Amino acid sequence: MSLDKDTVKNIAYLARIRVNDDKLEPLAGELSTIMGWIEQLQELNTDGVEPMASVAAMDLPQRRDVVTDGNCRDAVLKNAPDAEDGFFAVPKVVE
Amino acid sequence: MADLTTFTLAEARDGLAKKDFSATELAEAYIKAVQAGRDLNAYITETPEVALERARESDDRRAKGSATGAMDGLPIAMKDLFCTEGVLTTAASHILDGFVPPYESTVSANLRSAGAVMLGKTNLDEFAMGSANITSYYGPVKNPWKAKSGANVGKDLAPGGSSGGSAAAVAAGLAMAATGTDTGGSIRQPASFCGITGLKPTYGRCSRWGVVAFASSLDQAGPMTKTVRDAAIMLGAMAGHDPKDSTSAPIAVPNFEAALTGDIRGLNVGIPKEYSMDGMDPEIQALWNKGQEWLKASGAKIKEISLPHTKYALATYYIVAPAEASANLARYDGVRYGLRVPGDSLDDMYMNTRGEGFGEEVQRRILIGTYVLSSGYYDAYYIKAQRVRSLIANDFKTAFKDVDVILTPTAPSAAFPLGEKQEDPVAMYLNDVFTVPTSLAGLPGISVPAGLSKDGLPLGLQLIGRAFDEETLLRVAAVMESAAAFPFHHGAED
Amino acid sequence: MSYVIKGETNDWEVVIGLEVHCQVISNAKLFSGAATDFGSEPNTQVSLVDAAMPGMLPVINEQCVRQAIKTGLGLKAKINAKSVFARKNYFYADLPQGYQISQADQPIVGEGTVILDMPDGSSRAVGIERLHLEQDAGKSLHDQDPTRTFIDLNRTGVALMEIVSKPDMRSPEEAGAYLRKLRSIVRYLETCDGNMDQGSMRCDVNVSVRPVGSTELRTRAETKNVNSVRFAMQAIEYEAQRQVEVYDNGGEVVQETRLFDSQKGVTRSMRSKEHAHDYRYFPDPDLLPLVFDDALVAEIKATLPELPDERKARYVGEFGLSPYDAGVLVAEKDTATYFEAVVAMEERGRDAKMAANWVINNLFAVLSDRGLSITESPISAADLGKLLDLIADDTISTKIAKEVFDLMLETGDAPDKIVEDKGLKQITDTGAIEAAVDAAIAAGPTQVAQYKGGNEKILGWFVGQVMKSTGGKANPGQVNKLLKDKLDN
Repeated sequence: MSLDKDTVKNIAYLARIRVNDDKLEPLAGELSTIMGWIEQLQELNTDGVEPMASVAAMDLPQRRDVVTDGNCRDAVLKNAPDAEDGFFAVPKVVE
Repeated sequence: MADLTTFTLAEARDGLAKKDFSATELAEAYIKAVQAGRDLNAYITETPEVALERARESDDRRAKGSATGAMDGLPIAMKDLFCTEGVLTTAASHILDGFVPPYESTVSANLRSAGAVMLGKTNLDEFAMGSANITSYYGPVKNPWKAKSGANVGKDLAPGGSSGGSAAAVAAGLAMAATGTDTGGSIRQPASFCGITGLKPTYGRCSRWGVVAFASSLDQAGPMTKTVRDAAIMLGAMAGHDPKDSTSAPIAVPNFEAALTGDIRGLNVGIPKEYSMDGMDPEIQALWNKGQEWLKASGAKIKEISLPHTKYALATYYIVAPAEASANLARYDGVRYGLRVPGDSLDDMYMNTRGEGFGEEVQRRILIGTYVLSSGYYDAYYIKAQRVRSLIANDFKTAFKDVDVILTPTAPSAAFPLGEKQEDPVAMYLNDVFTVPTSLAGLPGISVPAGLSKDGLPLGLQLIGRAFDEETLLRVAAVMESAAAFPFHHGAED
Repeated sequence: MSYVIKGETNDWEVVIGLEVHCQVISNAKLFSGAATDFGSEPNTQVSLVDAAMPGMLPVINEQCVRQAIKTGLGLKAKINAKSVFARKNYFYADLPQGYQISQADQPIVGEGTVILDMPDGSSRAVGIERLHLEQDAGKSLHDQDPTRTFIDLNRTGVALMEIVSKPDMRSPEEAGAYLRKLRSIVRYLETCDGNMDQGSMRCDVNVSVRPVGSTELRTRAETKNVNSVRFAMQAIEYEAQRQVEVYDNGGEVVQETRLFDSQKGVTRSMRSKEHAHDYRYFPDPDLLPLVFDDALVAEIKATLPELPDERKARYVGEFGLSPYDAGVLVAEKDTATYFEAVVAMEERGRDAKMAANWVINNLFAVLSDRGLSITESPISAADLGKLLDLIADDTISTKIAKEVFDLMLETGDAPDKIVEDKGLKQITDTGAIEAAVDAAIAAGPTQVAQYKGGNEKILGWFVGQVMKSTGGKANPGQVNKLLKDKLDN
């Protein structure tokens, strides 16, 4: 599966990773190589096989509806690059 | 006094009990070694004060007669993927610059409760993505082993990855043992490259809470140690059900050390024919054969088995793992912790932060992961891979009807030079060919150092066990370790 | 009675589907142990899991699961014993994980039905497509700072039930009725408080139009986060009109997300880049499939209260109320409770129709004026019931009862006390009434002549005179009878 520059640009945007224009072509090449190698899975017939739901062979554990957490604003904000008045701050979003 | 850094966990445990030395003396010895061994770049953060404090606490406990932790007073290193409260945690990435967790991972907390003494946070491939420890923001780790002959003499060699720092530290005597994590081979393969023991437990045996996530359905914490007995001791202290992790198995932790009876008579050892790959290094094949002989000599039965979908395991892994990683790494966005590179808008800030904060390999994998999940490709890649994964898991299930453990090589080669294999991303992925299937099936796997290559570099053999049967796995591993009599040492010279 | 938009060349109908997000009533969040209270100080109800710190993992809250099953049962829907949580991947500052844990193709609840009570008393069934559980996002404040947006994660991770209807609605009224019924159901079940103005119930409106008679489904536009029934109806009206105009001008309706501007009553395209959202759903590997057995569903089913539709049917059948009145009374569980308390069977039993009448036509106006809920009613159900008793046994007339009602509001006293204190007892003594009637006839010879001349309405004048002289207390029925008897002879 060959990826072109534009596809890589779109994917990079979906992943919110800035890739400089001059890097797009080589990156497309690398990703195409990887995807091409992955392509070998297509030769395997998997009709009727269930996708693996989980490696862990158990039911989803459920917790009781009790408040056991939160109320730790300092810890939550401690590592924030920009915080103010108890909020996280980010560049303004225009909706 | 003997060089305190030559002891195994078991030996040091005895020594402490007999009061031959104190935990503080042990810690001091290792702290010195760590400082002297900085050239290997095995550590990202050294924590000598923490180590001395915990050693002191252990000595105090011992004085009162209450030093009952399985790891009491024993100095270990912690892969810098485990969140440690109050101590910088980086995942070897620029994007976690300055991140000091206000919480402790369950596994590291368990070790601390067991009395372990933390020497520092070891280096790794960024976000655990790699098999050579060359993608770290903090620079590559050097394998303490050097080639004695051949083309790579005089070159610095890779320790394997992603837990390269932990492997190098244990091998070089900069830690008595270390934690690692294994997603596709990241404990076992560096253990093989560095001549130590590395155990990836069954998926769910150790909690993932507080471990920086790479691929959620594959990540497992495990011990990296000098001996199989040490791995048993350490796993016992790490493992246990954690209600904070929904994939943590509600299963009791057995006494793993007690399983090391030395008796494997009547056990069936499977040799998967598909692991004999075209162009396989004859040295590795020869060592594999030797492994079979050792086990046969100890009373086990050798059986050829088939794991028919083996050859598809790597491609499956390189769809599933990046897919999960692409979502797991979406939280690194400069908003709440770590690096923030400013931008004119929120989107700009995201793009700049992640573009600068993530290294190339991580970016590649996130992009692959995003691609295979994207609309139009999800069925063809992700669902397809999950189906193949079922087939692979089934292969093992079928095989384990006839055998109790499976024996394979750990890695397709000995340690290679730093800087090699870097042009072709796929070439690096092939390092995991023997370890990945086990991860996909969630089974336990252990690498035991089994011999030296003709150039004097360590080669490991891997044993794979049934789910939650680490006991049998460890038992067979210990027998193999005995038979192999690998000349364990740290540092390059004998 | 269909809703039709007249376009330039033909008539159009509107196709409406609603996605309603209901915040689940629970103590803690869906996948973390932080609290869910509304209005707390920013970032104080945030656990490390909610803040998406490295290495954090979700653990599901059993109560949220139960509430979803309960709601599904209330929607007469299929409960799926196995469902899967999926990650919905996108980037936004109020979404710390960079993905929302939701459910994709295997939701916890499948198809169901909601019955709409239309204003004209008729009923219509609207299909439910599914209900699934998902995490709520945090809140962004854009107006606190000139260059920065502030983020509060308190709401991040609160459990939401997303209820998706089939595109079965054909008018703003139907959409309004749907929202009201849905709100009523979840409030009865106590699985969501339905507070649209607090945001615990939010609506995304999907609208498309098509020529009347067509069965195709054209492109729809989605108007997000409408937070009142009225706004939803307005948004639909506006959207339908807008889309018809687009087609009339030879254009095509674009599939897009829009916002409703309640000030101007219009919908607007969202300014953010319309890169088609590729959410890249995949099963969350941190969570196993959610599995439960029939026993749990049965256990929850046994706890269901009588739901609005059943209660309405009972009021119509048992009490003989009109469907409209019954519908009004059952809309809120508290109202129905109040009403039934008023009607509560005593020896003679109270007149349910009269009770309905007084609650709907008299009490509601007072509550509305004073901005009170029925649980805060200044007149208790017991006292209202007593008032009805006084009417039923002829102690007071309906007219006097209205006076007593107002006095009850003023003084807070019980009705019998008021009647006693103010001497409002109806005069039923035939002799006294006859005397007053005679006096009225005697005082109005002109009016008598008019009556005999054929003006039946002038009887009212005589009644007025009698009421004046008896202080309004004469039994109206007796007054009328006596008047007629005497005047006709």
